[in-house]
Amino acid sequence: MSRIAARFAALKAEGRGALVTFLTGFDPDRATSLRILQGLPGAGADVIEIGVPFTDPMADGPSIQKAGQRGLRAGATVPGILDLVRELRATEKDTPVVLMGYYNPMLAYGVARFCADAAAAGVDGLIVVDVPPEEADEIEPDARAHGLDLIRLIAPTTDEARLPRVLGATTGFIYYVSITGITGTRSADYASLAPAIAALKRHTDLPVAIGFGIRSPEQAAIAASVADGAVVGTALVDTLAATLDAEGRATADTAPKVLAQVRGLSQAIRAAKKAAA
Amino acid sequence: MNKPLPNSLRQGPDARGRFGEFGGRFVAETLMPLILEVEKAYEAAKTDAAFQAEWRRLLTHYVGRPSPLWFAERLTAHLRKNAAPGMGAKVYFKRDELNHTGAHKINAVLGQILLAKKMGKTRIIAETGAGQHGVATATACALMDLPCIVYMGATDVERQQPNVFRMKLLGAEVRPVTSGAATLKDAMNEGLRDWVANVHDTYYCIGTVAGPHPYPQMVRDFQSVIGEEAREQMLAAEGRLPDALIAAVGGGSNAMGLFFPFLDDKDVQMFGVEAAGRGLDTHEHAAALSRGRPGVLHGNRTYLLQDGDGQITEAHSISAGLDYPGVGPEHSWLHEIGRVQYVGATDDEALAAFQLCSRQEGIIPALEPAHALAHVIKMAPTLPQDRILLMNLCGRGDKDIFTVARHLGETI
Repeated sequence: MSRIAARFAALKAEGRGALVTFLTGFDPDRATSLRILQGLPGAGADVIEIGVPFTDPMADGPSIQKAGQRGLRAGATVPGILDLVRELRATEKDTPVVLMGYYNPMLAYGVARFCADAAAAGVDGLIVVDVPPEEADEIEPDARAHGLDLIRLIAPTTDEARLPRVLGATTGFIYYVSITGITGTRSADYASLAPAIAALKRHTDLPVAIGFGIRSPEQAAIAASVADGAVVGTALVDTLAATLDAEGRATADTAPKVLAQVRGLSQAIRAAKKAAA
Repeated sequence: MNKPLPNSLRQGPDARGRFGEFGGRFVAETLMPLILEVEKAYEAAKTDAAFQAEWRRLLTHYVGRPSPLWFAERLTAHLRKNAAPGMGAKVYFKRDELNHTGAHKINAVLGQILLAKKMGKTRIIAETGAGQHGVATATACALMDLPCIVYMGATDVERQQPNVFRMKLLGAEVRPVTSGAATLKDAMNEGLRDWVANVHDTYYCIGTVAGPHPYPQMVRDFQSVIGEEAREQMLAAEGRLPDALIAAVGGGSNAMGLFFPFLDDKDVQMFGVEAAGRGLDTHEHAAALSRGRPGVLHGNRTYLLQDGDGQITEAHSISAGLDYPGVGPEHSWLHEIGRVQYVGATDDEALAAFQLCSRQEGIIPALEPAHALAHVIKMAPTLPQDRILLMNLCGRGDKDIFTVARHLGETI
């Protein structure tokens, strides 16, 4: 069983949803980024998503755009991110790691080589934002060959007719986008989440994590109980950004504050009773 | 229209939106259903006689088509002065700078805004570099009573003030984009972000033959009116087809519009002129085909300016309209199969051509076609006098006089 499947199965047995955290690799520098990543499991993150910086992140809002720019300034490259995962894996054996990014840097590295090296480094899944099911054959064979899950986004715009196609091209878990929009710019409408997730569950047995627009522990707890997990990204990136000095460098507060926020989110999720399964 | 031959170069794209390996639909899932909706609507519009008739009516009575084919006699004579005896090809201009709004952009914009209306969309967004596409979109939206938001890199807002003001006069909202290098690619990112957030009521009017399928095909089809007219006009004027077509290539919409109807005419050579900026061997140019390599950006696989790690690098050109690190996917394909030759013209060569055209022909060209003209200036003297060159004069230079004045050290 993959780390992702094992983790969601274990949490289901525990009766709670997963906290999926997103942070951009090398934000604001490699050492701080590694320190935060290494601290995430202890702070309560159940799945770690790492953003691979790209110059043109079309689906991201201003916070994650800036995180990517900081990462690139700090020297983030595809090999650099894989190396970061390798170092994280040296001490963290069980928590699933998912890389989220855009296709061009992976393409430049070579898709087959990327999938092989990512799997070897300890990556469990990929979210390639700009490769929809229509273009899946670009990356699916190599991802499959190396045991990498291809996690896909389901958007509110994904209609019933299209749903089977997207689900059919997804493994690991479903990333349900709770808003129409780019990351971090709107808050999810929780009243509409439960029926949407219920509709989705009629079509799939895969775990569903809700993301885009979850900021507070309360929102995370609701999302993690309505579905199988909550993804928090922009809120963490904003906290990180607020600790940086005027030149955008890490301070003594950077890692502790991000990890403290993760602890708060995790406690709220653990405290929440899971909705009748 | 002729039916495409089995070996025709005019059959692309395939069902996946590919021209060879280029093109496709590389967008986030949030956009995918909408891309499919646009494709479906466009496929229906192609065979909708009422839609086509309305578009043609607007082209005739609002845009002023057909645009003239002009024999640039003085320029031809001027270029023959320094040529060997018997040399110096005839130079013709396809005068799309005479269109309403001053460039070819309006051809595809009117088609797209009609399509948006047909789709029931009530809000239009666009990106713009030089401002020509933004002005054209703002114009069509004023005509058809639709709110219009134009994303424009802050750097371009600065260097294209006249067009920014034009868009405002036309009732559009211009939103300066400060991310990245604050030029055309960043404006396109912002346009895509807006669209993702407002899919229910918004149509994204893309200005060039790039973006996810069906945009490269759709914009090309609308712009092909340029080449269709030019073909007929040349046959009427000279009784034969031209020997070579020359057009500037940024994203490549004016070039595709001119080239497409001639692609199966094997004796017609084609030259796409990319912005070589400060030189193709410097880092400051916008020559995606000459100096880039294939990658994926803005929804399609195409040649891109990028570093070894797949990060997109900044383009440079004196012309805001060519300042883009990618190029339409059909151009990438035509480049790889060798049907079109892609060459470069530097900032300085374009500036010289800009001035020469103004004095020899009494036509102030935009800086974009000035790049095409720079290649004509190199090419014409090397060819016999009975050869015919047809260049797409795709925009007028009113918007560029401030930029040019600054480069010439003059204050206006």
